[in-house]
Amino acid sequence: MRRTVQFRLNGEAVEAQVESYETLVEVLQESFGLYGARESCGQGLCGCCTVLVNGTAVSGCLYLGILVENSEVQTIEAGAEPDAVQEAFVERSAFQCGFCTPGFVLMTRQLLDEHPDPDDDTIRHYLSGNLCRCAAYPEIIEAVKLAAIKRRKSAGAKPA
Amino acid sequence: MKRATQATETPQVGRSVPRLESWLKVTGCAEYVHNLRLPGMLYGKIFRSSVAHGRIKRIDTSAARALAGVHSVVTAAEIQKLIPEPYYGPAFHDQPILAVGKVRYVGEPVAVVLASDPHVAEEAVHLISAEYEELPAVYDEVEAVTSKAIVHDELRPAGTFPDLKHLKGQKNTNVALNFHLRRGNFEKAVKTAAHVFEHRFRTQQVMHTPLEPLVSVAESTDSTLTIHTASQSPSFVRIEIARLLGWPENRIRVRVPFLGGGFGAKLYIKLEALVGVLSLLARKPVKISLTMEEQFFTITKHASTFRIKSGVTKDGRIVARDCEVWWNGGAYADIGPRVTQKSGFTAPGPYDVQDVSIDSYALYTNLPPAGALRGFGIPQLVWAYESHTDLIARELGIDPVEFRRKNLLREGRPQATGTAMKDAAIEKVLERTAALMNWSEPFDRGSGALRRGRGIAIGFKACIANTTSLAAVNINADGSVTVYTSCVDMGQASDTAMAQIAAEVLHIATESVTVVHSDTDVTPFDMATLGSRSLFHSGNAVKLAAEDALKKLSQLREELHLPVDTPVADVFKKKYGMRAGSVTGAGSFIPPYTPPDENGQTDNATPFWMVGATGVALEVDVETGKIKLLKLVNVADVGTPINPRIVETQLSGGAIMQLGFSLFEKMLFDADGQLRNASLAEYKIPGFLDLPKEIVNEAVVAEQRNGPFGGKGVGETATFGVSPAIANAIHDAVGVRLTELPMNPEAVFMALQKK
Repeated sequence: MRRTVQFRLNGEAVEAQVESYETLVEVLQESFGLYGARESCGQGLCGCCTVLVNGTAVSGCLYLGILVENSEVQTIEAGAEPDAVQEAFVERSAFQCGFCTPGFVLMTRQLLDEHPDPDDDTIRHYLSGNLCRCAAYPEIIEAVKLAAIKRRKSAGAKPA
Repeated sequence: MKRATQATETPQVGRSVPRLESWLKVTGCAEYVHNLRLPGMLYGKIFRSSVAHGRIKRIDTSAARALAGVHSVVTAAEIQKLIPEPYYGPAFHDQPILAVGKVRYVGEPVAVVLASDPHVAEEAVHLISAEYEELPAVYDEVEAVTSKAIVHDELRPAGTFPDLKHLKGQKNTNVALNFHLRRGNFEKAVKTAAHVFEHRFRTQQVMHTPLEPLVSVAESTDSTLTIHTASQSPSFVRIEIARLLGWPENRIRVRVPFLGGGFGAKLYIKLEALVGVLSLLARKPVKISLTMEEQFFTITKHASTFRIKSGVTKDGRIVARDCEVWWNGGAYADIGPRVTQKSGFTAPGPYDVQDVSIDSYALYTNLPPAGALRGFGIPQLVWAYESHTDLIARELGIDPVEFRRKNLLREGRPQATGTAMKDAAIEKVLERTAALMNWSEPFDRGSGALRRGRGIAIGFKACIANTTSLAAVNINADGSVTVYTSCVDMGQASDTAMAQIAAEVLHIATESVTVVHSDTDVTPFDMATLGSRSLFHSGNAVKLAAEDALKKLSQLREELHLPVDTPVADVFKKKYGMRAGSVTGAGSFIPPYTPPDENGQTDNATPFWMVGATGVALEVDVETGKIKLLKLVNVADVGTPINPRIVETQLSGGAIMQLGFSLFEKMLFDADGQLRNASLAEYKIPGFLDLPKEIVNEAVVAEQRNGPFGGKGVGETATFGVSPAIANAIHDAVGVRLTELPMNPEAVFMALQKK
């Protein structure tokens, strides 16, 4: 059954007509033309469909669209300017085909929020739910560490 | 992003320029066919065979057609109204767009439902039923040679390959190609050898698993057909669709944006013929996106069996080698016959062996089709010959590196085909791998339940020949440059490499170059992006096109009596009275090649050789069979790297992908040919927790003299040695030899139990 769902998407109040069986990825693509979250494995195992709901990463290919009612939804398309994580991924060549990259960027942001100075093991375990068939994993570890440095520098430059 | 056109004398080749599309990829804005939706578009969902081999008695689509929201249901009967002989394939015209009369594997497409809502189409697929008269099936590649179960009633070679012509119309056989090579006299030579060794090795069927599953969209009018597709071979798609429809090529347009991974899965025809026909029948745009599960039923990597026999002298020289390889091609040949021959002729490995015999067979079986997967058959061969080589060294009590040194195929020496090795840094690659492994240093062998070992393996590959690439380069009125190529960027960064090559010729910054993505209405012919051929072939074509454009620009300066250093913009201003116009350079490249004779002999088998070696140090838990990789060293001859950072990531990525095929990936079939693990829940690919503790990647200092600025391909090279290096290291650690992939804990544990 189709119903109206109201939520905040990348900082803006929005609403969409959503079928009860539609996933969040389908809602983002069909109603808002946002393609950064992608369905790949369809089982919540690869991380390509990662979306942040109320600040927490969910698998958008399993998460039902109707569940985002009154929530804050954030996708890779949020923010006009690239952040430290995106800069670091570019500088460290931390991707090849780029299909999984939005998921990795969003997960890395969440990782750095929780662990501002992560070691290799923390990075490997935290990001183990995201898959990259091009296997840019060593470069992603480098990028996460670089992003951590960039974030700490900019935090130091502008104390809150 | 704004980029000024920047003239520069800084070398552009050899610069680690970040991928030109980097920002698009980190912001989720890169274009993939996955994202494409057209007005009025229908979604297609596929109904698939549930039996491995059977005659189709009845397909009941009535309930599906009756479901609200269904546009139509299509079977072979509808397709044959448009194309009476709806069979396609690069080597054999054996694969029907939808099953005609017979099904040949579980998962073969039988019918398609079209609906504007994909959920409706999917629901309707479940309402279709089919009845089959089941036929005996064959799954094993060696059994297929003598099996009474015959997959195809008659062989249908495509006719474009002279070496397949003799197979036309053959009946009662599953052998799609039997390639033979004879050099010297193996039988005679092996009798003179002091030692004879014979082993048999197997590899399993695996899948490419690109994270962007196969996807194609077609739109049509009565006289035109446009296909937007995640394809590595747009030029081939156009030719093959034109042939199927009987249309001129210029009425078919094939467009390819970025690919979310390819690895050989997205070659030749996959969904393109199907969406094309559906669009013509429905008179609407049609999109088919496969699920991850469906990819397992579409294209895979050949399982293989390899029997290898060597005669070795008392002092450890290999003098005779006999190779017999069976390739499990599944139900449709795809590119299997080319794998059988083009890889088959390297089966004796990078060793100087005088007397060689090779028999390489492409077999049909009732399994999902197999094609090219990152290595074009080479990883299967290296797995066998490097395991075998290691076993010989151990048996003779010679250090494995020393034994290889003794037998290495050196520069200028003839390989099994008779072609002399040229620009193949085999020796250097082996020595650097040994050095990076500290091979001559003492090694900690572990203790208790945790035993350590190390292994090394080296492989080589010829590049598929003969193939053509064309390119065009436009110098625009403002001095900016556009490159037109049908080379497809599937993540390997070909756009960036092509831009670097053009920029180097034209003395401008790489960032000032735009590369137009494959569009057969616009970009010139390119054979395909496969087999590590593009940097060399497309790269040479782009270089020639840039040189041609530069020459035309110089002619224009001369014609206008302008000094040679006149900026481009001023040249055009003088010529046209305003900033207008452009010059276009064209480049076409096909390297020389000599087809092999009836004994597989040729003086020019390949335009270049790829060489890759792997060193592995690992720890085996003898109580569980679990392997922990401590160190992975990948060394390659890639010629002169055009972009060193990207070369490094290609080596690393290729090796890690091969770790999955070595240690755990395997398609599991039951006795009826049903695939039991068609999902990422049950078919695991490498993730962060599978990485070795340490990875070292190195491109040796080398030059490919006929390559663009000394460069050559790198996409597959690091895959060659991974599997045998691991098996050799396991043997070194715990004294057991694994002869089948994958080497999962169960396999290691069982081997330890048998010891």
